[in-house]
Parts: sequence; structure tokens; C-alpha cells
Amino acid sequence: MAHDPTVNQPTNQPSATNPSERYVDTETYDPAAEVDIGGARPDLDMPTGKLIRQRFFKHKLAVISAIFLAFLYLCVPFVELIAPYDANTRDANHLYAPPQGIHLYHEGEYIGPFVYPTKAVPDLEMFRWNYEEDRTQPQKLRFFCSGERYEFWGLIKADFHLVCAPEDGSFFLLGTDRLGRDVFSRLVYGARLSLTVGLIGIAISLIIGMTLGGMAGYFGGWVDSVVQRAIEVIRSLPELPIWLALSAAVPATWSPVAVFLMISVILGLLDWPGLARAVRSKLLSLREEDFVKAAELVGAKPSRIIKRHLLPNFMSHIVVSASLSIPAMILGETALSFLGLGLRPPATSWGVMLNEAQNLTVVEFYPWVASAMVPVMLVVLAFNFLGDGLRDAMDPYS
Amino acid sequence: MIRYLGQRFLTMLVTLLIVSALVFWIINLPPGDYLSNQIAELRAQGEAASIEKAEFLRKQYSLDQPLWKQYFIWLGAVPGPDGYNGLLQGDLGWSFEFDQPVKEVLGEALWLTCVVNLAALLFIYIVSLPLGTVAAVKAGSWLDYFIAIIGYIGLATPNFLLALILLYYGQIYLDLPIGGLMDPSFEGEPMSWAKLKSILAHLIVPTIVIGTAGTAAMIRRLRANLLDELGKPYVVTAKAKGLSPTKRVVKYPLRAALNPFVADIGNLLPSLVSGSVLVSVVLSLPTLGPALLTALQTQDQYLAGFILLFVSALTLVGMLVSDILLAILDPRIRFGGRG
Repeated sequence: MAHDPTVNQPTNQPSATNPSERYVDTETYDPAAEVDIGGARPDLDMPTGKLIRQRFFKHKLAVISAIFLAFLYLCVPFVELIAPYDANTRDANHLYAPPQGIHLYHEGEYIGPFVYPTKAVPDLEMFRWNYEEDRTQPQKLRFFCSGERYEFWGLIKADFHLVCAPEDGSFFLLGTDRLGRDVFSRLVYGARLSLTVGLIGIAISLIIGMTLGGMAGYFGGWVDSVVQRAIEVIRSLPELPIWLALSAAVPATWSPVAVFLMISVILGLLDWPGLARAVRSKLLSLREEDFVKAAELVGAKPSRIIKRHLLPNFMSHIVVSASLSIPAMILGETALSFLGLGLRPPATSWGVMLNEAQNLTVVEFYPWVASAMVPVMLVVLAFNFLGDGLRDAMDPYS
Repeated sequence: MIRYLGQRFLTMLVTLLIVSALVFWIINLPPGDYLSNQIAELRAQGEAASIEKAEFLRKQYSLDQPLWKQYFIWLGAVPGPDGYNGLLQGDLGWSFEFDQPVKEVLGEALWLTCVVNLAALLFIYIVSLPLGTVAAVKAGSWLDYFIAIIGYIGLATPNFLLALILLYYGQIYLDLPIGGLMDPSFEGEPMSWAKLKSILAHLIVPTIVIGTAGTAAMIRRLRANLLDELGKPYVVTAKAKGLSPTKRVVKYPLRAALNPFVADIGNLLPSLVSGSVLVSVVLSLPTLGPALLTALQTQDQYLAGFILLFVSALTLVGMLVSDILLAILDPRIRFGGRG
């Protein structure tokens, strides 16, 4: 204790200053003195935001996932710079070429990152190309170089790349596909569509889910029962067949960008019931609170009450369910494109790439063509871990 | 109980009706229909005879009517050109792409779809029940983490890729059959012991592939539920009284934790059916999946519509079954109506 017990010993003798024998603390009052409630929980004094951050950072896997995802999404705007080739550049001399390893030492001598040139040799027995490395000629990779020309965001013409193939050589980090396109570059370009499809989809799902769930929970009555029935119907629909049917309805004549937007909308259209249900049940209990009555009495409109007073109360829940819904949408896009009803070439997404890895020949002879499955799995896992970590962290008082 | 069942059944019928309208609307979203596209094509080639047939079919299947009327004719609630012959009368319509009645096109596919999904459902329960229990009882051990990792991998791998990989390695190392649901020599044959064996062998890969994602989710849920139960005082009491470890888990906590496990069929079935459509395309199983894909790509609307409706009905029936099971398991639900 901060106080010395001997100083404020109650004096039971009546005195001039204390005629009624009441206990009086003789110590002078200091408003700045710290109040010690004697608990061993210093975290109780912390602002909620700080608590959440602290708990989140304890979840190592979630932090790693968050960093990984942040890195990927940072790359999305700059894919043209990162990819050494364009997504649709074909190299007729390298069909189904295996990955070229990056080497540092040539015959025991350090010469920096380089690749060995490969040459296609026809294998007439198996009817496929075999590739032989020419170990005598190391070709140095170029960094921060000018390579293939591209239009940055379709606006600025440029030819700057982070890394380029050697002069009159090739650099296929992950090999090439059936048409001789660089798999690594396609992966990088594919990330742009595959990663954003989930974001747009979740935005649509959030808008529909929060509006309908908010209305159902706030107004109750017939609005509630209508929304409830709608939720039940949509939840009982098998997602993928309906996605298939809807995306089959997207006209083939549309531009790739329009198709992409439409597919994200379709993915979002079936996702909202879970969210709407959560919002509704939460609102049902919250709207009985006094602060809602107060807002009503002041004359706030329902939309304002829902938006300003009710929704912020369970923002955390919404963030979590969003981060857990995005991977489902990424997998959905992959599945649709895989079946040829989602994004279509020349658009490049991970699903479109996997569409080409559909047969057993690829699995057996050219496994690198299916390398898009690695980022798909990593991203889905990362979103799952992130969601789990957020869910644990968002409820800091448990 | 009877009243509850009746109510539940009625809700399902109403839902099915709404779903059928929704499905009909969705498959009619693309502009034009199969026959008008074909007529345009034939006209370009100048084939008069075929045009006549197509025009006849267009009238026959009332594709010249407004959409809402088409829907009711399809349903069989309003007489078409040949009187009442819609779904309610058991007439599934005509497949333009295969030039056959839908019933003939699908044939065995209907019950094979049910078989595949049922097998996957059984697989999920058989695998996730012991794994989830072990993960909860041994929470924090390497076994728990190992199960969690398997679960996460199952969650993250796209179904169709898993199908391809399992198919390839299953064939090489375990000599599992590739593709299809039975040996080609048995197709069209009456059911026999050899045919059943062949079907079972072909079912292994699809069942595992369709089941994995659901299994992962199921294990996680059962583990969380059981962990909650195991922390309760009555379990401590049981331990204090000297109940054996197995009995201490199985007798009460597991039964209490099993409740949401059963209720989850409702969530599980739609995703299961979705998954089976995708996987059967990759594995070329003779189920509804490949037929649906073809039908959607060619705007074969009655075929696509019926498949979508059937698949939705399958999930609805599954949900009904789960509700009934739940009512049997949990008296709180059974007697809920009587307050």
C-alpha cells in the first residue's frame, strides 16, 4: 500500500478538529496519486485496441499469415514490374520446359545469379520435348532492367522489370506451359485477379448481409420473417451448381474485366446469409439497450441508429467472418475457372492456370504447370489462420 | 413430435417451391434458348427440314410462351400444349442436347449421385468422430497438432486438385481404378456381387476427395464442443469418483458434444453436394456433375433445371433428416413447441 498505516491511524479521542469521533484521514488529498485497485491484471486499464493488438501478436501463426497476405496484396498493383514476362507471351522454342534453376557458382567461381540455357531435344519415343542444360555457358540474370514492353495499368507504356531474362536467353523460374508461357509470370499476373476476386465478393456480401440482417434485426416483424425465409432458401442451395448456372449466364462476348466483375458479384451473392443471420441475432439483443432508446428519443433515423450505434458494436465479428469467407471465394473462383465457366483466357487467374493442369499427363510429366495450387493453398491457409487469430484477439476480456 | 414433423415437412415443400422458381429463373438468364439458337444456326445453313422440327419442339415445349407461364407448365400446374405434363406429373422434360427425355439421359446418374454423397457423408462421420474426440482429449499434444494440420490441409486444398493427385498416386501405388464408378464391363448390367465390388472400389477416391473438406470442419467443431464439455464440473466429479478414462469421455461429454455434430448436416450437405459436382467432373463419374456442366454450357434448360432442382431437393431432404435426428436426440427441441 502506498499509505503509511501509522500516519492515518484513526484517533478515537474527541478533539478540536474531530469532535464527533468520526474517522478522518489525516493525509492531504492528492488527486494525481495513482489508484491501486490491488489487482494483478494491469491489462484491465489498457485501451481495448491495445489489448486486441497484444493478444493478436501472441498468435504467431496469425501474425505470419497477416504479413504474408500484406506482402501479396502489396504486390498486386505492381505485377507488371515483378513478372519477367507478360502473362500471354509465348516462347515456341520452350513448350513444357521444366523450371530453370538459379545458380550462383559456375565451376567453383562466384559470378552472381545466373541460369544455364536449355535446349529442346525431341523424344520421338514418348512424343515430348526433353530439355538439356548447356552447362558451359552461364547466362547472368539482369536486375532492374528493361525487358518486355507492357502498359502499366493499361495507361503508361514502360519496359522496366525487377528481373529480366539474360540477353538472348530465357528465364523460366517455374518452367513453361503448353503454349510456352512462363508459369512464374502467369502466377504473378494471376494473383491480381485471384486475390481481388475475394475482396470484391466479400464487399458485396457485406453490403447485402449487413443491410438485410440489420433491417431484420432492427425492425423485426414481417421484415424479419421475410429475410429469415430468404436466408433459409439461399442457405439450402448448393453453392457450386448455382455459381455454375449463374456464370454460365454471363455472355461470352463480354470483356474480361466485365466477366471478372460479374464473377465476383456472383460469388458474393450466395455468401451473405451467414453474415445476415449473425447481424440479425446480435441486433435483436442490442436494440433493447438503453442507448438505442436514447437515440430514438433524440430523433435519429433507423438507418443512422443501425449504422452509427449498432453496427460498431459487432464490427469485430464482421471482420472475422469476412476474413473467413474470403478463402471460400478464392476457392470458388478457382473452381469455376477450372471448369471453364469462370474467368476465361486471355484473363489469367490461378483457376485459369489450373484449368490447363486438368489432365493426368500434366500431373505425371509436367507437374510445374500445376504450381498455381501452391499459392492457392497458402493464401487460403493464411486467411484461415488470420481469421482464427482475429477471432481470438477480438474478444480480449475472455 | 408428429406435429413438429408435419410442420417441418411443410416448410420444406414451400422452400422447394421457391427454390424451383429461383432455379427456373436462373437457367433462363442467358438470352435466347437452345432451340432458338439452333434455329438461327440452321437458318444460316439453309436446312429447312430441321428448322421445322426445331420449331415444332419449340411449340411443344412452349418456349414461345412468357417466362412465368413456362415455369408453371414446367411444374405441371398449368396445362401445356399436351395437357398437364410437368414435374408434378413425373415428366421431367426433354433434353435438347442429347435429343432424349431427361429421364433417360440421367437414368442411373440420379441414384449414383445419392450413393456418392451418402458415402462421403458416412466417411466424414466415421473419420471425424474418432479424430475429433482424440484431438479434444489429447488437446495440446503432438497428436492434436497433427490432426489439426491434416484438417487445415484438407480445408485449403481445392477438391479437384486433390482428386487428380489421389487418382494418380492411388493408381500407381495402390492399384485403384481410374475414373468412372464401375468397371466398363458392368455398365448396363443388372446388379450383382461383382458389380457391387467394382462400384465400391471405384468409390474410394471420390469419397475421400469429397469428404476431406467437410471432415476438416467437422473435426474442428467436435474438438471445440468436446473441449467445452470436458472442462465442466461434472467431468471432474466423474474423475474424482474413479470413472475409467474412456467411460468418462464417452458416457456423457461426448453425447452432449454430439448434438451440434448432427445439426451440422444442414450446413454440411450443400457444400458436400457442391463438392461432388466438381469432383465428378474431374473424375468423370457418371453422376449429375458432368451432365450439369454440359447442360449449362449448351443452354439445355430442362436438363439443367431438373439437375439443379434435384440437387437442391437432395440438400433439403438431408436437412429434414438432420432435423428429425436432432429432435430424436434432443428432447429440448422435441418438446420446444409445448413450452
